Amino acid sequence: MAQTYHTTVGSRRYRFNGLAELMAKATPPRSGDRLAGVIAESAEERVVAQMVLAELPLTTFLNDVLVPYEQDEITRLIIDEHDAAAFASLKHLTVGDFRNWLLSDYATSDVLAAARPGITPEMAAAVSKLMRNQDLMLVAKKCHVTTAFRNTIGLPGRLSTRLQPNHPTDDVTGIAASILDGLLYGSGDAVIGINPATDNVAQSIKLMRLMDDVIQKYEIPTQSCVLTHVTNTLEAIEQGAPVDLVFQSIGGTEATNRSFGFDLSTLAEAEAAAQTLNRGTVGRNVMYFETGQGSSLSADAHHGLDQQTCEARAYAVARKFNPLLVNTVVGFIGPEYLYDGKEITRAGLEDHFCGKLLGVPMGCDVCYTNHAEADQNDMDNLLTLLGVAGCSFVMGIPGSDDIMLNYQTTSFHDALYARRVLGLKAAPEFEQWLAKMQIFQDVSSYRLNDQLPAAFANSLRHLPTEAARDV
Amino acid sequence: MSDNESKKAPPIVIANPWERLRAFTDARIGLGRAGISLPTHQLLAFQLAHAQAQDAVHCPLECHALADELTTALSLHQTPIHVHSHAVDRAMYLQRPDYGRRLDDASREQLQQAAQSGQRFDLAVVIVDGLSALAVQQNSAPFLTALYRALESDQREWQLAPLTIVEQGRVAIGDEVGALLNADAVLVMIGERPGLSSPDSLGLYMTWEPEVGLKDDRRNCISNVRPAGLKPEEAARRLLLLLTEARQRKLSGVQLKDRSEDSVLDGATGGTTQNFLVAD
Repeated sequence: MAQTYHTTVGSRRYRFNGLAELMAKATPPRSGDRLAGVIAESAEERVVAQMVLAELPLTTFLNDVLVPYEQDEITRLIIDEHDAAAFASLKHLTVGDFRNWLLSDYATSDVLAAARPGITPEMAAAVSKLMRNQDLMLVAKKCHVTTAFRNTIGLPGRLSTRLQPNHPTDDVTGIAASILDGLLYGSGDAVIGINPATDNVAQSIKLMRLMDDVIQKYEIPTQSCVLTHVTNTLEAIEQGAPVDLVFQSIGGTEATNRSFGFDLSTLAEAEAAAQTLNRGTVGRNVMYFETGQGSSLSADAHHGLDQQTCEARAYAVARKFNPLLVNTVVGFIGPEYLYDGKEITRAGLEDHFCGKLLGVPMGCDVCYTNHAEADQNDMDNLLTLLGVAGCSFVMGIPGSDDIMLNYQTTSFHDALYARRVLGLKAAPEFEQWLAKMQIFQDVSSYRLNDQLPAAFANSLRHLPTEAARDV
Repeated sequence: MSDNESKKAPPIVIANPWERLRAFTDARIGLGRAGISLPTHQLLAFQLAHAQAQDAVHCPLECHALADELTTALSLHQTPIHVHSHAVDRAMYLQRPDYGRRLDDASREQLQQAAQSGQRFDLAVVIVDGLSALAVQQNSAPFLTALYRALESDQREWQLAPLTIVEQGRVAIGDEVGALLNADAVLVMIGERPGLSSPDSLGLYMTWEPEVGLKDDRRNCISNVRPAGLKPEEAARRLLLLLTEARQRKLSGVQLKDRSEDSVLDGATGGTTQNFLVAD
């Protein structure tokens, strides 16, 4: 049953009714928690909540579940699959001790990996609320999560990119033009992934074929994905479409996912179906998930939790299905959830940390919308911080402008900036391909070729005339 | 410096040899580079577009002008009903999406009165400003002209509820309007979040049996209706397919998929995936 937590600071007595309220009030400020009515009422109350939270034993999260076990299949997933043996080295710790443990020299990459199955999303969320940005980066950098399909994602010292060639009418020449632009700027090792203009099976299959043709012709060691609903991709597989990765947006409560039109059994079915196609060459991770703080509140399915805790629970869903990529689309949802550049930055670092700690191959769509108080400088900052933290991948889009989804994310240029300033490289298989295709003059010094590489010069000769565009 | 020497000096800004591909997309491709960074003129062009999009979010819908335009364009017998969400202004609208999903009290009463006869309708069309009043202002008349034409020539009869215009609204407010007007289905036409290249994009959301509290899985969406995107006639055709299937199967949302093969968006190159990258 819900326990009450209280403490006295000076002459003032603070009382927190239950673990969910304590977690919410301990959360660094953001507009979504204000919208939900769960935010701390003062700066002091927030820190007091953090102090109380720091004293809680980690075992609390196994006994006092935030969303009832009977009502929520994600709670059941978290509790039923919790690994007591992996938790043995942590079970004597409080949340505050856990922060020290994570930062300690004892917690090496191997130790952190071994502890993963013993860490629940709620434990990760709780400790993140006590951590400064530098703590989130330092620990995340120690968490190595490697996945593979036609290349290897998440190796230390690597930063991959999703090439996102979206077009508002799915025009194939327009999409091909953005793919070419991206490839020639060294983008696309995480995935070439299209958000279709309309969610329908025939359209998705057409886009899958388009990307498959390009990947095959240029022998690109990467994978494709059409970001359509999981049930559409299942139908596409039945119809024989060339599906590399299955996409789905996921949330951290069963009710959120039902509002998205799926449950865990749908994802299990999709993973199994994609596995049967055997299209990976160096690995078998076939799922691509997207998440983002605020989705549960947006679906009125947050059970009174703060949005960051809901988000961390989504990673329990993700890790169950062995994804190649998980992407927190941090600034897409809008200012009612993350108001400005500061809140977006904090959320991006929290999501990356929690994902990596739980063993999820975390990337980040470093992004903002035109109704948020954010700009390119905020994105530069977050991109750099995530690069420092060892983020698995970011987006790559022409000139930061997604002309289909109407938001701004990191550009092909931005990814090269991050690679150059931080000394990060593309996935090894893709890096070799970039050299072989002469896209870079010198991959090791991040110098692009000033000339058009031969294979692509040939392709440009097949361009339709400009008049064909406006049919 | 001799001519010979200046020819040898490498250019500071490297143009992309594929720049002419810009004729095929509005995406910001072929921008060129200084080292690996954006050239100054591209940097500033982006900053200008972002400034304009931020300004567009705050531009109000001119409801009366729109109502007059639609009354004429659609030969309406009754001027559109003009209602308002619970969000009193744009600042509140941006921070409280829950307010934008519900009507204010006066609007609710207004619609209850409009529906006093108890007559049921096949479809209620609800125009909502959303995040781009510009999109609504610009695309409503062309799209509704195409839709009304498609509905009139359909085999089945479509009884339309009075047209409604909502200020400071979100998608879900259409469910409340549709329910109050006794409509079997509701179509929400709403200004989508402005992009840098498309501050004028209209989104269409259809719900069967609208009622307050429905979630996204009950809606079907057609996006990006604008002159440079999905054309009004094609959007109307696709919507009618969805509406027809919704009416036959008495449902909408995830369970209702558009299965029509020819609903593949063709773009300029027909139904094939052929393009210059894989031409030979």
